[in-house]
Amino acid sequence: MRPSAPPGLLSTAWILVRKDLLLEWRSRARANALVFFALASVLLFSFALGPDTTFLRHAAGGTLWLAILLASVLALGESFRVEQENAALDGLRLAPADARALFLAKALANAVLLVLVGAVILPVLFALASVDAVLGLGRLAGVLVLGCLAIAAPGTVYAAIASHARSRDVLLPLLLFPLLIPAVVAAAKATSLVFEGDPMLQSGSWLGLLGAFNLVYWSLGFALFPRVVED
Amino acid sequence: MSNALELHDVSKRYGRIWALARLSLVLPEGQSLLLTGHNGSGKTTLLRLLATLFRPTTGRILLFGQDAVSGREALRPRIALLGHHTFLYDDLTARENCVLLARLLGRPAAEANALLERLGLGARADEAVRTFSAGMRKRLAIVRLLLKRPSLALLDEPFGELDPAGIQEMEHLVRDLSQAGATVVLATHQVEHGQSLCTERLHLAAGRAAQA
Repeated sequence: MRPSAPPGLLSTAWILVRKDLLLEWRSRARANALVFFALASVLLFSFALGPDTTFLRHAAGGTLWLAILLASVLALGESFRVEQENAALDGLRLAPADARALFLAKALANAVLLVLVGAVILPVLFALASVDAVLGLGRLAGVLVLGCLAIAAPGTVYAAIASHARSRDVLLPLLLFPLLIPAVVAAAKATSLVFEGDPMLQSGSWLGLLGAFNLVYWSLGFALFPRVVED
Repeated sequence: MSNALELHDVSKRYGRIWALARLSLVLPEGQSLLLTGHNGSGKTTLLRLLATLFRPTTGRILLFGQDAVSGREALRPRIALLGHHTFLYDDLTARENCVLLARLLGRPAAEANALLERLGLGARADEAVRTFSAGMRKRLAIVRLLLKRPSLALLDEPFGELDPAGIQEMEHLVRDLSQAGATVVLATHQVEHGQSLCTERLHLAAGRAAQA
C-alpha cells in the first residue's frame, strides 16, 4: 500500500516550478495586469520627476526598482491566493511535497515573473530617459535577475505568513519593504551604474551586496519555510 | 493486529473555543470508523488532526505507532483526505491536477489517467477544473485519494454533492478501500450510508465523545 519512491528535493521543486509557471500562463490576465501596473508606476514616476532627461536617466535605476517592488507585492500575494483556493497548499503538504521544495519553487517562479515584468518595462524606461544601454545589456540582465531573486526569497516567506492574516494586503508590504531596503538600494545603484557608466568600477560592490543578500535570504527562507507552512 | 489510530486525551483549541476536548480513541488497522455528530461537533477538526494538517493543542496522536506531529513527514504518504476542500487548482485541467500528484508521489502519469477513466472523467480530463460542477470536482478529489493508495483514508462528508449513482460508487469505493486493508474514517450526517460501511462508530457532541 505504500507509494513508490517519491522524487527528491530538487525534482519536487522542479515539478512545482512548472506547476506555478503553468498556472501563471493559464491566468495570463493576472500577469498582464501586473505588467500594466508596473508600466503605470514607471510612467507616473517619470511624469512626477519632470521632462529633464538627464535627471530622468539619473533616477532611472530607482524608478525601475520601485516599479518592480510595487508590482512584487501584487505578484507575491497572488501566488499564495492560488494556493489557498480549494486549500491546494494543504493538498501539497499532504501529497507530501517537501516544504523546502515548495519554497524553492514558489520563490523561483515569483522571481521569473518579476524578471519578465522588469524586461517589459525596461524598454519604456530607455525611451523615457533616453538611455543607451546596449553595451551594458548583459550586466543589466545580471542585475535584474539578482535583484528579482533578492525580492522573491524574503517576499515568498512573508507572503506565506501574510496569507493567513485577514489584512494580508496591508501586512505584506509592511513586513517586506523595510527588509528589502538594502537589496533595492543595491539593485538601483547597480542599474544606474549601467545606465550612466561606471568609471570608478563601483558596480562590483553593489552586485556583491545583492549576492550576499540573496545568499542570506535564500538560506533563511529554505530553513524557515517549513515552520511557516506547517506551524 | 496493531493500531492504526491512537488518540490519548487529545484536545484542539481555536482561540477560546475548544473544538475537541480530551478525546481518546483506539482503532486497529483495517477497521473502519463512522464519525457522526452535528455541525460544529468537531468531526472535521478530528479528521484534519488525523491527516497531520493540524497539531493537537494537548494530548498525543499515534498513527500506525508513529507520533502524528514528529513523524508527519513519514506518515503523510500513507494518508489521504477527502475533505470539504478539493485541493485542486482551478486553472489546471483535471489531468494536470492528477498528474501533478502522481509526479509528487513518484508514480507514472498513466496511473492518474487510468483512474480518471475509472471515475468517469476521461472525456473531460483536459478541461480546466474551473468549468467542473461540484459533483465532478468531488469525483476528481476521489481520483486524488485513490492515487495515494492510502493506508488511512479520511473521508469528510464523502456523499455530499454526489448524485445517487455517485453515492453508490462511493459506497463501493469505501468497501474496496477496506477490503484492500486500508483503515477508513468516515464522517457523515448520512448515517444510513455510513453504518453499513463501518465497523466502529464514534459520535461527537461539542468536541467530546457522546452517546449517539
